[in-house]
Amino acid sequence: MRSLITIIIGLILIALTFSCQSDEQIEFNRYYSAGTAIYQAHCENCHGEKGEGLQSLIPPLTDSTYLKNNRTLLTCYLKNGIKGSLTVHGRGFEGEMPASDLSPIEIAKVLTYVTNSFGNKMGLINLQEVQNSIEKCK
Amino acid sequence: MKNLIGALIIIVLYSSCKSKDQAKLPILGEREPVTKTIDGKTVTDTVYSTIPDFKFVNQYADTITGKSLNGKIYVADFFFTTCPSICPIMHRNMLNVYKEFKNDDNFRIISHSIDPKYDTVPVLKKYADKLGISGNTWWLLNGTKDQTYQIAKNYLVSVQEKNPQGEYIHDGYFILVDKQKHLRGTYDGTDPEQVTKLIADIKILKAEPVMTVAK
Repeated sequence: MRSLITIIIGLILIALTFSCQSDEQIEFNRYYSAGTAIYQAHCENCHGEKGEGLQSLIPPLTDSTYLKNNRTLLTCYLKNGIKGSLTVHGRGFEGEMPASDLSPIEIAKVLTYVTNSFGNKMGLINLQEVQNSIEKCK
Repeated sequence: MKNLIGALIIIVLYSSCKSKDQAKLPILGEREPVTKTIDGKTVTDTVYSTIPDFKFVNQYADTITGKSLNGKIYVADFFFTTCPSICPIMHRNMLNVYKEFKNDDNFRIISHSIDPKYDTVPVLKKYADKLGISGNTWWLLNGTKDQTYQIAKNYLVSVQEKNPQGEYIHDGYFILVDKQKHLRGTYDGTDPEQVTKLIADIKILKAEPVMTVAK
């Protein structure tokens, strides 16, 4: 009898914990954790475990202002690659990042991870937003 | 009492083996016994394969041959400047080796480009600048594809067991070579832990008396 009560109380506690998380928070967590794995598989070799980049060869992913100002472009970079020069943390970088073979949902997940790690805090970038951005890519 | 003596012997044997392992690196590669006659006595010696001479050009357009590395410990790897996969992580790790030994004139790093058509001397120089390396510690080398493939074979002939497909061209290994041009170790350049071991092994090699031969 006593153990039954313990189990019921436990279940109520679990239910409360989950209901405390808003749907938005749950969606964010899903994107973020899936994005972690995508980052490790596709981005980390060049951009580094902490998004630190590599000297002047590969730009870091820690410039929150740059990421904020280029929110739409980030999707285009991942989808089509970039060639040319850009300024990150006030330092010039030039070269090429190859286009990725990531699907729109994968792009959304990895962008959610990057833009909320390494000192960045931009919130969820969901599939719908990525699809909208893709339409705006040149 | 007998048991105690037995235990002592085992402990002494074990600890002597252990210290030997830590202090010496094996010589990798082919070996063959050579019998010579010295002062009327027949002596059998073991001859280990060495890296044969080569000729490449570095990022300063200087010609680099086997002679340039005489009396130096060096680490070799293979890369290309536009490599999007494992090269950045390899050279992120190699930078740690560079920083550790950049003031040691008896140490070199040589990175062979496997894309000599694109990676010309100015391209290599630019890459070196962007990587933040200067001086003569780390040479980025350009040679013909044939030369580069050949030298890759020489470095990795001893590590075939790790690489049965013959994918030596881009396997991410760092090769440690001693002052006598013997292969002394191979390390996965994409694994920071193995690169830490490489740095430790270089220190062991530096402390090794000249001309000793591991048995």
